[in-house]
Amino acid sequence: MTSPADLRYSKEHEWVRVSGDRAVIGITAHAAGELGDVVFVDLPAVGATLKQFAVFGAIESVKAVSDLFSPISGSVMARNEQLVSAPETVNVDPYGEGWLLEVALSNTEELAALLDAAGYDKLTA
Amino acid sequence: MQRTALYEEHLTLGARMVDFAGWEMPVQYAGVIEEHRAVRTGAGLFDLGHMGEIRVSGPSAGAALDYALISTPSALLVGRAQYSMIVNEVGGILDDLVVYRIADAEWLVVANASNRTVVAAALRERVGGSATVVDESDNTSMIAIQGVTSAEIFGSLIPEEERSAFHALRNYSAATMRLEVAGAAITALIARTGYTGEVGYEAYVENAHAVVLWRALLAAGSAISHGTPFQPIGLGARDTLRLEAGMPLYGNELREELTPFDVGLGRVVKLDKPGGFVGGEALLARSTRGERFGRALVGLRVTGRGIARHGYEVRRPGGATLGLITSGTHSPSLGYPIALADLNAEAAPFTPGEPLEVLIRGEGVAAEVTGVPFIPKRSTEGRAQGAHQQGG
Repeated sequence: MTSPADLRYSKEHEWVRVSGDRAVIGITAHAAGELGDVVFVDLPAVGATLKQFAVFGAIESVKAVSDLFSPISGSVMARNEQLVSAPETVNVDPYGEGWLLEVALSNTEELAALLDAAGYDKLTA
Repeated sequence: MQRTALYEEHLTLGARMVDFAGWEMPVQYAGVIEEHRAVRTGAGLFDLGHMGEIRVSGPSAGAALDYALISTPSALLVGRAQYSMIVNEVGGILDDLVVYRIADAEWLVVANASNRTVVAAALRERVGGSATVVDESDNTSMIAIQGVTSAEIFGSLIPEEERSAFHALRNYSAATMRLEVAGAAITALIARTGYTGEVGYEAYVENAHAVVLWRALLAAGSAISHGTPFQPIGLGARDTLRLEAGMPLYGNELREELTPFDVGLGRVVKLDKPGGFVGGEALLARSTRGERFGRALVGLRVTGRGIARHGYEVRRPGGATLGLITSGTHSPSLGYPIALADLNAEAAPFTPGEPLEVLIRGEGVAAEVTGVPFIPKRSTEGRAQGAHQQGG
């Protein structure tokens, strides 16, 4: 599986798409595949503060619940409300319609601690 | 880790394998929800080779089993089965079982994989002098087919002369049949039992015949399914199917610290057996004293946001803890989260519709008491095939 080249990745299987001082985050196709059918996503409210590599929510498949770890620090500007009624979007389109949060970055230097696509693919190979 | 005779088949089918009770088993093939729906609307095929099969035989085997278990296997007619349990001296559940009377002096006790050794040892200790106990698990495969089209699919493999007997099998009945599958002569114990709430069958065969029977059922299912889904089913969907049907799982709902009465299965206990039974005095003393059993197994529907999982706390809104969730999941059939909870019976009754709260990641999430099973069971329907059951 080849991950999109324009994203950065955490070892906890989240991705970040940065544009300026904003970023969209989600979970990788690898993570979505491992979880299986996603049936519930528990996301923080708009305005909540995220801390890099700390738990910010939970994602539930039929089988199990997993913590979500933020790949970057910042504050939540928007969350994907479509996931309330259609959580399976995370499985169908993890890098697109299945995004989780839009975040205002508080420290862009943190991005250096993330993996590029090649590094992430090596991790999950 | 142990592997069933069908291990290679699962790899070929692209299954994701997991450790389950020391067995390397398929947890899913296509996905839990898709597999779950296949069984509810068409049929699905299960490898249950990890289950334990213990044969108990001899002229006194019936009486011996009556003493060893909480039910009365001696009262079964040949070809019938019953749900049962084996308990310890104080009535604590060691395992739940299905017991088949397969001949006049021969019973088959089917145990959970995780308890097979305990059950076999307890049976030997309790009936050893008066009956022969043989643990056949290592040589026996178990393949289940469950769902509304299962009778037609499995029936297509049954020889003409046995087919009417096959279709006459009622819920909790079984018969030994000789099949001719891909040139192989197979003897199978075919039972109309299951763990999904749907009409279905469980077939017990020697390991050497497992692959040929599995492949034949897969092929027959694909050919006969009338456009309804048919596919192999992993342990993930097996769990959501049984939970919707309100069926307990050992290690979740059932444990050694609980009696059959604590989990709403007091009806399985036959307290008045003339020869008594192991655990009987303890269970009888408590019931005749009118003593309340300590726990109640209660069905819940989560109405707030979140899924109640095994081990989560349950309380009345703002109240003290009543107990813990034993199993919980998103119900693929209902589209909302359901759960079973082991609650303090002192706080009973728990009335359907009554509000409760489940502690999910530190927050009280709204839930309500609901009847069990969560969906109507169809496994008891008279016949599983033909015009009677179309779309049923």
